[in-house]
Amino acid sequence: MNDVTFTPAEETDDPYAGVRETTEGPVYTVTGQDWEDVVGAAAAGEERVVVNMGPQHPSTHGVLRLILELDGEIVTEARCGVGYLHTGIEKNMEYRNWTQGVTFVTRMDYLAPFFNEAAYVLGVERLLGITDDIPDRANVIRVMMMELNRISSHLVCIATGGMEIGALTVMTVGFREREKTLDIFELITGLRMNNAYIRPGGVAQDLPPGAVESVREYLRWMWDHIGELESFCNENPIFKGRTVGIGYLDLAGCMALGITGPMLRATGLPWDLRKSQPYSGYETYDFDVPTADTCDAYGRFRIRIDEMKESLKIVEQCLDRLEPGPVMIEDKKIAWPAQLAIGADGMGNSLDHIRHIMGESMEALIHHFKLVTEGFRVPPGQVYSAIESPRGELGAHVVSEGGTRPYRVHFRDPSFNNLQAVSATSEGGMVADVIVAVASIDPVMGGCDR
Amino acid sequence: MTDEQGMEPGLPSGPEGPALPPEHPSRRGMFGAEGSGDTSGYGGLVPRDTNPVRGASTPRPWAEEFERLDEEVGSALREAGIGYEDAVEKVVVDRGQMTIFIKREKLAETAKVFRDDPALRFEMCTGVDGVHYPEETGRELHACIQLLSITHNRRVNLEVACPDDDPHVPSITETYPSANWHEREAYDFFGIIFDGHQALTRIQMPDDWPGHPQRKDYPLGGIPVEYKGATIPPPDERRAYQ
Repeated sequence: MNDVTFTPAEETDDPYAGVRETTEGPVYTVTGQDWEDVVGAAAAGEERVVVNMGPQHPSTHGVLRLILELDGEIVTEARCGVGYLHTGIEKNMEYRNWTQGVTFVTRMDYLAPFFNEAAYVLGVERLLGITDDIPDRANVIRVMMMELNRISSHLVCIATGGMEIGALTVMTVGFREREKTLDIFELITGLRMNNAYIRPGGVAQDLPPGAVESVREYLRWMWDHIGELESFCNENPIFKGRTVGIGYLDLAGCMALGITGPMLRATGLPWDLRKSQPYSGYETYDFDVPTADTCDAYGRFRIRIDEMKESLKIVEQCLDRLEPGPVMIEDKKIAWPAQLAIGADGMGNSLDHIRHIMGESMEALIHHFKLVTEGFRVPPGQVYSAIESPRGELGAHVVSEGGTRPYRVHFRDPSFNNLQAVSATSEGGMVADVIVAVASIDPVMGGCDR
Repeated sequence: MTDEQGMEPGLPSGPEGPALPPEHPSRRGMFGAEGSGDTSGYGGLVPRDTNPVRGASTPRPWAEEFERLDEEVGSALREAGIGYEDAVEKVVVDRGQMTIFIKREKLAETAKVFRDDPALRFEMCTGVDGVHYPEETGRELHACIQLLSITHNRRVNLEVACPDDDPHVPSITETYPSANWHEREAYDFFGIIFDGHQALTRIQMPDDWPGHPQRKDYPLGGIPVEYKGATIPPPDERRAYQ
């Protein structure tokens, strides 16, 4: 293999290796064995290096592509390329019924499935005019699942953010706690991710036996172990050196760029939709909105830690106010019928429900048949329902034309919006700080690209 | 029904009761089944169009907060030298949300008023997205803009319509830089061209993608799937109740 002859780049016409003349001068594409040309060009005059970071780069949080223009180690221009994870979820939902839509939206921001479901379901319920008819127990379970989800999402943010700056123990600790949270999800919904648990009218299943005890045990574990992350990071000189003053974006910048969530709260503005425009009964819970005034990656990290503690407090209150009762709306024309149980054959089914519809109630059979084959109709109109996801305002613009399927569903995903801040937070800094700035935005490309 | 000669005097010529809303532009039948013949006997029923997106403004009175907001919008536009009737096409108050339909030639100025007027102060534009109504001749494409005021803790939606053969809408990125990517997405998926946008390129689809995929006339695509001998057609070809 040593007899490969090197063709100087300028003699090849390979578009991926060699030199191209453009209006801005020669452009060198470094792919191997042409470093001498580049060094020569740099020595001769203007050095302007454009680095494509991603979309397959371990430090860019999934398939985010960063296009960085460098002057030595300094980033002079940073742009994002997104769309590598676009899966047409919004279009697909127009061909499925309203309940099936939950199965799609849960896959968008895959670190915050319950928030996607909640934003969509709250929109559908508002269109149906049944917001006030949702049973209390369903609302409490929704809030509990969302807050557990906030914890798991923040843990991944901190874990991957730590990994990207070399703090591997933060990564292992963060993912260990997240596993505990996913275990709770699995116990309650049957799935660790992509749960499709929150449905129009309530939630899919009631809590299984032993769930409350498991969540209480989880809370004890988390109160003990969040402190571990704090003691690793809070006063760690290396961690602070990498994050303090990095990814700076002040209040005016956040307003102009529509930034919400921990990034906005790191500028000192306590804006949290759970407090300011409450939904699902958040106004009845006792919790604080943590803020920082540093506008930087360190402040955002501290806010996420504090928010996890507030979430633990909310989950505790949820457990205390869980009263027995239905978890699905009374209206049989909307309420998805089956309360599944695992049968002896390992398949999900509900013998009680089958006995009910096949042997006892003709109406129940009709409702079951109509709901499953046809679905329910939603009166025409449109709503925009917004909730506070771990990354900021997650909005669902839900449009109905009166059919059994959504006419259009659009998700205003905070990852998509907040990635617009990459230029503002990383230009003028070092290449290594781009990683910290992006990690502090906490983008999830599944949500960004949908 | 049109021949009234043979009818007894004093009998109404049409069905009694309040006037019905117009026919729905696209929906037919009770169950919305298509492509398989009408076996229900209800396939000829005409659903009525009650979608507030079409038709006139929502009749007053509205909830107090929306009446106040409307007043504030009126005086803010007057102060800025824009006539209320020139800028606002209609106002829809539905399900506790207010949507102001703005005439498209006035969108850019109006958006600036919504941000700058102290009584309005909608500091943040949380998003822009498109909706395609192919049956609305002359206003097929809608751009929906969601505004948020942190000062007054309230929201308002702006909506602007444009025809399919002239899909131009003024960009609001001058006022709200956050609309940048959202407008690119609406262009990508619906082909709405936002005039004045600095770099209106595709954002989700590849740069050389033909067409705008979230329009209603753009097919979903998909292939039939065979499983244990049975073939399941792709989702947009399955028989379904719509």
